Parts: sequence; structure tokens; C-alpha cells
Amino acid sequence: MASAFLIPLLAKLWQRSADLIANAAGAILLGISTYGAVYLFTVSPALTYRMGGWASTLGITLVYDHLTALVALAVNTIGLAALLFSVRYLDRYTGRWKFFSLFMLVLAGLNGVTITGDIFNMFVFIEISAISSYALVAFGTDFDELEAGFKYMVIGEIGGTAILLAIAMLYAKASTLNMAVVSQVMAGFGRTPLFWFIVATFLVGFAVKMAMVPFHAWLPDAHPSAPAPVSALLSGVFIKVLGVYAMSRVMFNVFGLSRANAAGFFNLLLAFGVISIIAGGLLAYAQKDYKRLLAYSSISQVGYILIGLGIGNYWSIVGALFHILAHALGKGLLFLASGSVEYATGTRDMDKLSGLEKNMPVTAWSHLLGSLSLAGVPPFAGFFSKLFIIVGAVAARMYWLAVLAALFSTVTLAYLVNVVNRVFFNRKEREATSAREVPASMSLAVLALVVLTIALGIGFKPVLDRLVGPAANVLLQGLGYAQGVLGR
Amino acid sequence: MVALFACMVLLLIGFYAVVTKRNIIRIIIGFSLVEYAVNLFFALVGFKRNGIPPIITELGQSRSNFVDPVPQALVLTAIVIGLATTALMLVLAMRIYEKYRTFDITEIRRLKG
Repeated sequence: MASAFLIPLLAKLWQRSADLIANAAGAILLGISTYGAVYLFTVSPALTYRMGGWASTLGITLVYDHLTALVALAVNTIGLAALLFSVRYLDRYTGRWKFFSLFMLVLAGLNGVTITGDIFNMFVFIEISAISSYALVAFGTDFDELEAGFKYMVIGEIGGTAILLAIAMLYAKASTLNMAVVSQVMAGFGRTPLFWFIVATFLVGFAVKMAMVPFHAWLPDAHPSAPAPVSALLSGVFIKVLGVYAMSRVMFNVFGLSRANAAGFFNLLLAFGVISIIAGGLLAYAQKDYKRLLAYSSISQVGYILIGLGIGNYWSIVGALFHILAHALGKGLLFLASGSVEYATGTRDMDKLSGLEKNMPVTAWSHLLGSLSLAGVPPFAGFFSKLFIIVGAVAARMYWLAVLAALFSTVTLAYLVNVVNRVFFNRKEREATSAREVPASMSLAVLALVVLTIALGIGFKPVLDRLVGPAANVLLQGLGYAQGVLGR
Repeated sequence: MVALFACMVLLLIGFYAVVTKRNIIRIIIGFSLVEYAVNLFFALVGFKRNGIPPIITELGQSRSNFVDPVPQALVLTAIVIGLATTALMLVLAMRIYEKYRTFDITEIRRLKG
């Protein structure tokens, strides 16, 4: 596992063959994370690796447990798809190798965040991927991209600094950085105001990174302006790994919060989640720019994940984690498809696009299927994730929440299908925009994600048992994380 | 103790600058202040009354009075990260100036809704 993120760093090249190395590295990463996931449920519950052989309290430990496996799979799948897509998409941009090395850095950072068991190391990796992503968002150096990049950068860095502050305070109390040992210290700590202040600071930091309302302001500008594969990565993976995963890891495993002993915190998550769903969903409906609409949709979907975590019982957490996967696939797919449209027609304004299905059937149908998945239509992946969240809500007797979740699924369906209709299928009012179908490698990437979405939906049971269920248990066992890591 | 409060004050001043100023460069300076405040706070975490710098000058020296070296190492990392961040922000600011011909954020506002 340790070498999994060294490879991308070495792939920083200064020749034209950057694409080849990048794609190869992406494929290797995916291979390693799949292998890791399989290894986990056949061999042992968790893998740990001490860097340099230092004992736990002194050195950095890498931890690969079920939650890590889940997130790593999501990260690397979308990463590879986006890489494949960029091979042709980048024909419109200059500075090709720079794109790939930045992209590799982002991937390296994301993988690092997932694997690390050391809290400062997590911060370092968060910053690595964040800074690379700021540069990637501004890659086109056009008006929109620069403005969006700058806004994103300032807001994102304030979030990062908040995380650093929280880590400083945590270290002051725990005198170690190893997450497992910190969680043991925290077990005996008690819920003083200082404890809550640290939790709050962390929450603010992570909220910025995952675009929880009201910290979401950067997302609608940054995601559309970034080159399409970057948007796919950002929306599908980045906000979830850096935001949701890091937050869950810290809150559940390090602080040992759970519904039983910290109900206030969870209600807070619920509240923010609900606001995100509503705000994101409604604002999405009003957008004219295709990718901006998708960006608001991401805010809404992250809200779903948050309520899943906020409800706090097994099924809702399973739903939340499953939704991380489903949304990564679905949104990644949609953003890549939007990139195809942009590549072929040069515009993102929905008023100007229509009737593309005639000329771009592959993209059109992939887009439709992705939209259906995200809206929660069976048998796609999104249906199951929303189902689990609703089941969890009902199990916790929060019926209003279940109703809300179902209701906003229809809103999601509405605006997504609206997009598909206007952009691809509607040919009545005006001439179909002239366009050609995009090159094969781009379509291939998009199609691969479609296939995965369908497969995840139909085959959800084995995925549930082997991958998502154990991951949820990792979160639920909270402080038991420490035993798992240190007992090795 | 006083030093820790001072850090928080510095942080708030920096944050105020980020939030209220109109000129991009001032926002970047404000952000740097926030960065310094957090790094300072972190370094101060290792402080010990009557402590000595954590450097071994002779063998067999008593080490119980050393100031905690770990935060110092971490702050070093954080400072470098802050450097990269500030550099990138400044580059973006420069490019924005080339395009928009102004540093005033109220005029750099093409993305709405």
C-alpha cells in the first residue's frame, strides 16, 4: 500500500509521453486497490504498515481497513476513468504534461488521505491534493477559471487551516499524532468544552472541504470552470474523500462519537445535511449552465450522505457509504459526459444546446443512465443507496426525514431529466446543434462508468456484504479502531 | 497563556482581513496572517516553562527539560505548505490582474447564481 502513492509522484514527467505514464499509474492504482479490497475480506480485517519501522506512537502508520478499501476503490476507479478521458479532452488545452502531473498529485494526495493512520499526515495529504486541485481548477486560465480558482483557493485554504488548528489542539492534549493512539487518549478525556471546541473546529474545516451548506460557496464556481475530468474527480471523489471520509474517520474513530453519546453532534449533521439537500436541489433547478447544475446537484447529494451519517444507525451509514460509491460513479459519469458535450460543441449553456442525441448517441444515453442512477431509479446503484438511507431513517423513527429524502429524490430526478431532455432529446423547437460524437477513448471512459453503475445496482448484495457493510462497521465500532490498529 | 490568546487575536485579525477587504492582495495578506497565527499556536503547544531547546550537545545530557520538538517539526511542514499556498494564490492574483485589469474583487464577478 505504501508504494501505491509513490508511483504517481514519480510519474511527474517533462515529455510528451506524460499521458501514457499517467494512465499506466492510474491503472496500477486501481489494480492495487482492488487487490487490497479482495485481500481484506479473504484474509484479515485490517492491514497496518509502520513507515520506517518506528513504533506506533512515534512514527507514521498506514492503515488499510474496510472503510479505506471502499474509499480507495471509489477514488481510483474515477481517477482512472478521468485519466482515460483526458487523453483526448486535453487537445483543447496547452501545457499537457503539467495537467497530468498535477492530476497525479491530486490522486496521490487522495490515496494518501485514505490510507494514513496519522492525523498530521492526513492534513499534509489533504493539502497536497487541495493545492493541486486549485491549480487544476484554474488550468484553462480564462476569466471564469481564474476567478473560480481564486475563490476556491481562499475558501478551501481557510478550511485547511481550520483543520490544522484543530490538529494542533488535539496534539496539545494527546501528545501523539497516531490516530489510533489519539482515540485511546480521547476515550478517557470526557466531554469538556475544549473537546467540543476541537470537534467544532474540525467540523468547520471539513465542512468547507466537502461543501456542506453554508460553506459551499466555492463549489458552484469551481466545478464547472475546471476541465471536465477534473470536475469529475472533484465532484465525484474529492469532496467525499477529503470532506466526508476524513470527517467520519476523525469523528467516529478518533473521537468515538456515536448516536448514543453525542446526539447533539449528530443532529447537527442532520440539520446541515437537510439544508444541503434542499438548497442544492432547488438551486440546481434554476441553472442554465449545464455543469453548474451538476455542481449544485453534488451539494445536494453530499447532503444525503450527511443525513445518512447523521442518523447514525447501521442501515443509514451503509446507505451513506454506498452513496459515496454510487454518486462517485454517477456524478463522475455525468461530468465526463458533460465534458464530451463541451468538447464537441464548445458551450455549456443549455439554452444553446438541443437535440444532441441525433449526433452523439453514446453520450446521450450514458448521460441518461447516469441521471437515472443519481435520481434513485431502480435497478441502478443510486436507488439502493437512497433506499438504505431511507430504511435507516425509518428504523430510527425519523419519518419526516425519510419523506424528505424521497421527496428530494424526485426533485433530483426532475432537474436531471430536464437537462437530458433539453440538451439531448428535444428537437422540436430548433435545429439540432451540430456536433460530432466524441473520440473513442472519451466514450470508453464514460461507458465504463455506466457499466459499473449498472453492475453496482444489480449486484448490490455481494458488494453490500463484503465491502460496504464491513466499512460501516468500522465506523460504528468507533473507538474499537484503536484495538484493530495497535493490536497488530 | 497570554501567547495563546494573542495567537487567537492574530487569527481573528487575519480572518477579518480575508472577509472584509476588497483588494485581492489584501485578502492574501490576511490569509497569510491566519496561517502564521495557526503555525504560531502549534509551535507554542510544545512550550515548557524553563525548557531548553531540544538539541543534544553532549552525551548523557539530561533530556527531561527539552521543549517538545514534534510541534516544531510539524510547524516546519505546515510553513512549507503555507508557502506553496501563498505562492499559488499570488500567481492566480497576477493572472487575474492580467485578465481583469483590476485587483478589486467587487469587479471580478462574472460567475453568479
